[in-house]
Parts: sequence; structure tokens; C-alpha cells
Amino acid sequence: MSIAVYVAVMAGVTYLIRMLPLTLFRSKIKSRFLRSFLHYIPYTVLSAMTFPAIFYSTGNTITAAIGTIAALITAFFGLPLIVVALAAAGTALLAGFFI
Amino acid sequence: MKNNFLKGIIHGIPIALGYLSVSFGFGITAVRAGLSVLAAVGISASNLTSAGQAAGVEIIAAGGTLIEMALTQLIINLRYSLMGLSLTQKLDDSFTVPHRMLASFGITDEIFAVAYAQPHKVSPFYMYGLILISFIGWTSGTFLGAAAGQALPPAFTSAMGILLYGMFIAIIIPPSRKNISIFGAVLAAALISLLFEYVLTEVSVGFAIIISASAAAALMAIISPVPDEEGEK
Repeated sequence: MSIAVYVAVMAGVTYLIRMLPLTLFRSKIKSRFLRSFLHYIPYTVLSAMTFPAIFYSTGNTITAAIGTIAALITAFFGLPLIVVALAAAGTALLAGFFI
Repeated sequence: MKNNFLKGIIHGIPIALGYLSVSFGFGITAVRAGLSVLAAVGISASNLTSAGQAAGVEIIAAGGTLIEMALTQLIINLRYSLMGLSLTQKLDDSFTVPHRMLASFGITDEIFAVAYAQPHKVSPFYMYGLILISFIGWTSGTFLGAAAGQALPPAFTSAMGILLYGMFIAIIIPPSRKNISIFGAVLAAALISLLFEYVLTEVSVGFAIIISASAAAALMAIISPVPDEEGEK
């Protein structure tokens, strides 16, 4: 299948998700379950995407695990997004030289 | 109008710098998955989303179906709907329907966070400034990563593959520390995702993410629902 078709579907769905609520919706969601579900979704999506994929992200499980630990520590201390991301990549890179 | 636009751009500079490095990692990942530089930049320019794009590239690489692609994007990016709902309370009177339709393209985790943190209502041109600078950071970073990825030493490009996931960790860990229910949701999603990776291996990657994320969110919605009076947050 052509990559352009995949990209069109990706972009189309993503745009509609963003556009419809902002443009059409004016009232509040009533269902408490639905509101709770939507409250947790950002976190569960990112978590499910990260684990275990992060361990394969550098092509070497050991360097990836070291980078993951660096990210967890820097994130735990609330450091900015860019610092956490670069700490993960930097330690994975350094670890690669020793393995 | 001009002032607001400029203000948006200035507020967006930290986002753009963060995006520049993270999308560099995305560019490398996309090319490594077999996509062209043009396809990688095209995805970034038309989607402007980190998690959705990363999952999308995985599905393309695995030759997944279009239904799987559409459903995966729907679930992963569903949070933007919620952010859009919150943002409706934050838009000033000059935000007509065409402005809403245009600005909605730029709802991301970080852009939403900055706009929502403003002490007053935001105007269309403030949002356009914020979105434009972030967009430039995201697409140019993707281009650099995709184009220079092959020229850089393999040790470097391999390590850059972790950037995007590092950003995800930076988003999920601080709230997990403050809120035990969010930590529970994060933990449950990770455990279910591991189950799919190592036990239920016949389930494709897109559906594994959808099911893991939905099941964990539903579980926590039952165990620890949000307060009835949630205010405007």
C-alpha cells in the first residue's frame, strides 16, 4: 500500500479529533466514567507506547535500559522535557562506547 | 493582532527547541523503518503529534491495515479532543469558527499546556504564533534527523532513537509522582503492554497500544473516578 494513503489516513483522523470538539462542542461531558476515562487516557497511551518499545529503541537492550533509567531519574526530579530526552540519549550513547 | 502573534512566537520558543531535538529522533526512526525523507517530513508537517506519528510509522513498517491505522490514531490522539474541550473555555470572542478550525490543527500536549496556563483568554493570532514556531521546530527537526541520520555515526543515530520515549517519560512521570491514581494507570498500561509484547504476540502493535491504553484507563476510571465537580481543568 502507498505510504501516501497511510499518511492521509493518519493526518485526516488526527485533524478531525482535534477540530470537531474545538469547533462544535460547547457543553460539558456528563458521564463521570467517560470524563474519568478521558482523564487517564493521555497517561496510559504514552505508557503503553513507551513500554516495552523503549528497550528496543537504540538497537541494544542494555544501552536502552541505561537510557531509560536516566530518563526515569531526571523525570522523577521534574526536569524539563528536553533535559530528560537528552539525558536518555546521552547516557545511551555513552553506554554504547563501553559495551 | 501583531503583538499577540509575536507573543505567541516567544512563548513557543521553548516548545520549538524541545520539538527540534525530539523530532530529530523521529526523523531517524522513520528512515530506519524504511520511509523516505519526504515521507518523514510529510508525516510531521501533516500530523504534528509525537506519539501518534511514532505508532503510525510502526504500523506502516509492519504493513498494517488502514483500519488499524485509523483506530490507533483515534485512541492515541483522543486526548487532543479533551484538550480541545478545555480550550473552548479559554478562547476569546474573536475566535470564530474558521479560526477554530485552523487553530485546532495545532493542539498538542505542550501547546495546550502553554495556552491553558495563560492568565487571560487567548486570541487566534496568539495561538497561530505558538503553533507556527512549534511547527517549524517539529518539521525542521524531522528533516534534519531523516536527512542527516544516514550521515551520522551509527552509534549516534542509534542512541537518538530513545529521544521520543524520553519525552514521553518526562510527560508521564511527574504527574505519577503527585497522583497515585495516575501512577496506577501508567503502571497498568505498561504491564498490559508487556503482556502483549511477550505473551499475546499475535496481536498487532497498533491494537496492542489501543487495548492496553483503553483497558488501563477504564480500570482506573472505575477504581478512582475523577471528582464530580471537576471545575474547568
